[in-house]
Amino acid sequence: MNSPLASNVLFYIGPVPISQAIVTTWAIMALLVLGAFALTRGLSLHPTRRQAAMELIVTTMDTQIRETTGAEPAAYRGFIGTLFVFILFANWASLVPGVEPPTAKLETDAALAILVFLSVIWFGVRGAGVLGYLKSFAAPNPIMIPLNMLESVTRVFSMFVRLFGNVMSGVFVIGIVASLAGLLVPIPLMALDLLTGLVQAYIFAVLAMVFIAATVEDGQTPTQKET
Amino acid sequence: MDYLALASIFCAAFAVAFGALGPALAEGRAVAAAMDAIARQPEAANTISRTLFVGLGMIETTAIYCAVIALLLLFANPLLA
Repeated sequence: MNSPLASNVLFYIGPVPISQAIVTTWAIMALLVLGAFALTRGLSLHPTRRQAAMELIVTTMDTQIRETTGAEPAAYRGFIGTLFVFILFANWASLVPGVEPPTAKLETDAALAILVFLSVIWFGVRGAGVLGYLKSFAAPNPIMIPLNMLESVTRVFSMFVRLFGNVMSGVFVIGIVASLAGLLVPIPLMALDLLTGLVQAYIFAVLAMVFIAATVEDGQTPTQKET
Repeated sequence: MDYLALASIFCAAFAVAFGALGPALAEGRAVAAAMDAIARQPEAANTISRTLFVGLGMIETTAIYCAVIALLLLFANPLLA
């Protein structure tokens, strides 16, 4: 049985090994970019059925962002929405026969978690300034500075292990059951896997949003909060 | 088979078995509390279930950690290399 921690290398570009997860990731990225490009051609004030469906998705995301954090969604919609849609597509990539979800490999999840770590800094500095961002480490009081610095790393690490563990264990269990019992038995587990994939994508996006919003809020001065 | 491999396999099973115990109890309590809250306040069901899912994800992480440790022991054990 293959180790779930190892990645299978398909081919090499120069010295760089290209694994199956990378190929799937790029395929999903191309699909999402081309899909987004194609679906947003010819937008009008009188929406077609297609445009209305897209607007429904965006509005739902806006509502979720506003309800979970109370922040105005415009600044975060792009990043959080893309994160959610990408992880969802990656988790559900197992629906295509022969494709293993790239989020079941360590490297994809590590990349996503690093993205969240950097975006917390980026949005924190943009929303509250450099001093405000540094001040967010001293919330609620300066005694917490070492703990907050530690937390900023560990919470991202736990996001990464959570996504990896959930998706990988789903794939792993299906592999074991399929090797034991063949044709139709793994189907309920696959259905459960789809639910897990959706919930994990949602949790990842919501937690990223919560971390960003908490940093921005802690960094702002009390007068800014009132306005 | 030397004793390191035996100990690794035993510890992997042990980690999953006892690591799943706590999160299972915790998730049961969380879901029970959420059911109670929804029964009292059905109009807040959306908010409650959203928070519940995020909370369950957080609780589940502890069990997932144990599973990852077990897999490390079985597939990426530095002592057996």
